[in-house]
Amino acid sequence: MTISYFFQQLLNGLSLGGAYALIAIGYTMVYGILRMINFAHGDVFMMAGYFAIYSMAAFPWQLSLPIVIIGTIVLGVVIERIAYKPLRTAPRMSVMISAIGVSYFLENLANYLFTAMPQSYPQIDILKQIHTFGDITVSRVTIIAPIITIVLTFLLMTLVNHTKLGMAMRACSKDQDTARIMGIKVDRVITMTFVIGCGLAAIGSILYFTDRNTVQPYSGSLPGLKCFVAAVLGGIGSIPGAMVGGFIVGICQIAITAAGYSVFSDAFTFVLLIFILIIRPTGIFGEKATDKV
Amino acid sequence: MQKIKLTNKTIFNIACVAIVVILLGYLQATEIENSYAITIIERSCIYAVAAVSMNLMIGFTGQFSLGTAGFMCLGAYITGIFTMPIEIRDQVYYLYGMVSFIHNIQVPLVVALLISGVIGAIIAFLIGWPVLRLKSDYLAIATLGFSEIVRAVLGWDGLGKITNASYGLSNIPAFSSIFQAVIICGVCIALMLLMINSSYGRAFKAVRDDDIAAEAMGINLFKTKQLAFVVSSFFATVAGGLMAVFLRSAATSTFTVALTYNILLMVVIGGIGSVSGSVLGAFLITAGQEWLRFLDKEYYIGSFKVPFTRTGFRMVIFSVLLMLFVLFWNKGIMGSKEFSFDWFKNIYISIKRRIRRKNNA
Amino acid sequence: MPNKESVLRVEHVTMQFGGVVAVNDLSLEVNKGEIIALIGPNGAGKTTAFNCITGVYEPTNGEVYFNNKILVRNHPQGKMKRMYLGEDEGEYFGTIVAPTPDVITKKGIARTFQNIRLFSSQTVMDNVLVAKHMRAKQNPFTATFRLNHSEESRMRKEAVELLKELDLYQYKDDIAGSLPYGIQRKLEIARALATEPKLLLLDEPAAGMNPQETMELTEYIREIRDKYDLTIFMIEHHMDLVMEISDRIYVLDFGKTIASGLPEEIATNQTVIEAYLGVTEDVGD
Repeated sequence: MTISYFFQQLLNGLSLGGAYALIAIGYTMVYGILRMINFAHGDVFMMAGYFAIYSMAAFPWQLSLPIVIIGTIVLGVVIERIAYKPLRTAPRMSVMISAIGVSYFLENLANYLFTAMPQSYPQIDILKQIHTFGDITVSRVTIIAPIITIVLTFLLMTLVNHTKLGMAMRACSKDQDTARIMGIKVDRVITMTFVIGCGLAAIGSILYFTDRNTVQPYSGSLPGLKCFVAAVLGGIGSIPGAMVGGFIVGICQIAITAAGYSVFSDAFTFVLLIFILIIRPTGIFGEKATDKV
Repeated sequence: MQKIKLTNKTIFNIACVAIVVILLGYLQATEIENSYAITIIERSCIYAVAAVSMNLMIGFTGQFSLGTAGFMCLGAYITGIFTMPIEIRDQVYYLYGMVSFIHNIQVPLVVALLISGVIGAIIAFLIGWPVLRLKSDYLAIATLGFSEIVRAVLGWDGLGKITNASYGLSNIPAFSSIFQAVIICGVCIALMLLMINSSYGRAFKAVRDDDIAAEAMGINLFKTKQLAFVVSSFFATVAGGLMAVFLRSAATSTFTVALTYNILLMVVIGGIGSVSGSVLGAFLITAGQEWLRFLDKEYYIGSFKVPFTRTGFRMVIFSVLLMLFVLFWNKGIMGSKEFSFDWFKNIYISIKRRIRRKNNA
Repeated sequence: MPNKESVLRVEHVTMQFGGVVAVNDLSLEVNKGEIIALIGPNGAGKTTAFNCITGVYEPTNGEVYFNNKILVRNHPQGKMKRMYLGEDEGEYFGTIVAPTPDVITKKGIARTFQNIRLFSSQTVMDNVLVAKHMRAKQNPFTATFRLNHSEESRMRKEAVELLKELDLYQYKDDIAGSLPYGIQRKLEIARALATEPKLLLLDEPAAGMNPQETMELTEYIREIRDKYDLTIFMIEHHMDLVMEISDRIYVLDFGKTIASGLPEEIATNQTVIEAYLGVTEDVGD
């Protein structure tokens, strides 16, 4: 293995990891507030891929990108209103089942609307430009992805730690009932959580699919699960944790593929999950919680 | 000697069994005309075993485990390997060549299913050790992950000499008759029902309702969950084996996460915590997916095309129905009740009461 | 009292959650046949003490003995150890013993909970049968194939007997969650008794009861103590009940024992009165 090959793969890993990180943040934020795995998040990410295909067919990319992001956010918020809000007081398992139901619905809907055939993802020229450094050739999106991810994570952390909304979010994730008594509009905070999560998923989807070229109805389900693993790895509820977890999962996946075991690239993520749950169930950045008896 | 009491209950149960036997006998006799109905019934029965095994974990023990498809995949391969006729093995394994120590082993279906179940149970015992200590949502994702790992391992060409890797298995002998399928499934479900109604079943439910109180009652949380997981996985693996026999083939692509979700939705529709509910759910969903097939065709009234109906529409309607269930009727059809004589009696009484009230008013 | 036989001995138990010390160096002793009360203002650490005894929490430090045999033992490790022992440190003796709650129940300590924790979707009978599960001679195989018939019928017979003795038989087939509050409390005690304990821990058995019900409960507790040859250790806020029934009382405040003794001693103890009435004390007192 030459050095340049190594760097080439590392860059690919960082790029994939960046996209994963952005999706993982959505999982971690929703989990932090609602204590549920939003199984539909991966499918929201898949739908964002289709939104991009259809909006870019009609508009220039400068206009399409905001359309994709807004469309994804609207989708996420609608899902929250219809499928999760009515179950706020229901047992956690019901909410999770509802999330699985939504995931099932979105996949079937995509299958119906866009057919099961993979559709090619539009090329945004400035993202696809090729750069050459010595032996390494990479498209611009590969370089940009990790940078965008880090910048967005930084912005999000500023939001969570230094704004009123962020304070409300943290309050809700600690104790929803008390937050409500303190005058925080919990439902609005939850909506905002979905807005942020889905917005990031939309950006992640652009970065992810630009590198992968096609979208099909099931392209969201497995990456979705992997991103959840990334969130667990970093410590569920922790935003920087989700970012680090996303990078780790992305790099590992590329490394395993590069080593010639691509059949195990998906399975490895879950082996990683089971390991981390045995060794450190709270993840890298997670806090320990004790149940009250 | 014990005298058999002929109560209404026994009569009801015997009548139910008799109706089923007559119906199946009729279908078997008219096998050729009714092959479609037979397919649906066999498929439903197999799903019913899988759904009840999932319900044992989710509904009765309260552990959100989603590994069903993985265990089914395992069962499909093991059963396939042990039942495939020896003479065609070389043909199926033309690429890898079947490894010699299992090449000449062919066993009857029931034995193969038992082997599958035992292997599934052993694997469940091993992976249960780390994953069952996790809280419910972590457990869900870990078991989903396990399911993917199984698929990857079985599809790996390193194991090609045993599993035929991504080519899968084919030419697995079919059920000898619909009775064979229904009886095997019936026995599996009955065994799970017996366990649920035993002292261990009460322990499962105690863990589900309140794990801290259960522990204070001397129930070892981990061992109880482990037992439920092992039993549930045993039957999920058997269901996978039956699936392979039903499809006459085994391939990793059949046993995706979507299959687990499908079974989960059967459990939900039937009622989390009801064995008969899961069976009902399995039949309704399997049959429903067939009945709604007309939605996948395009229709024209004159030159006017009926809107919406085309490939894929069926599943959209289907998932909307499921969502409605989840949101508005999340107890499912049976709730946590069981289909039995008493259930019928209660319904009968409540209807009678309602009619009387109406008449009085 | 002649020949006192120690049933429960708690020695220097400390339970620390992060920076909060919920129980601080608690030591107490409960002897056979006694009814001992643990009282103290809200948040004094009473329930935490119970949780340390029953294995729900692993105490940060200290030992618990049951019938003079070690039941729970834990010592702080690493950084915490230095905090507890000081820099020049000594060594802790004895291996760590941290059984899960079910093991402790099996040894003969049963408990009830402050906020009733019945299996609310199950019948009264099933609630009691769950408690019988632990001591039944059976395995999953015999239970599934009904080869444990004699064992199962014994369990049922004993459960029925217990329910009859405690006047709960009429509710046998009712769903536990649908019962009136007072009956639920009684059922929780019945369920604990079904585990065949030697020592019964009651966590606020009279919570939410009116004076009439509290009176009845007082009798009830005495009755079961005599009938089942029990030792009872309880947390309670109703002073009438505590004063009436207990042989001795321990008073806990901010995780520390501030007083202990006979009911009449406690009733006149200045520190206890201050703790309850909230007289300001100097910090570091």
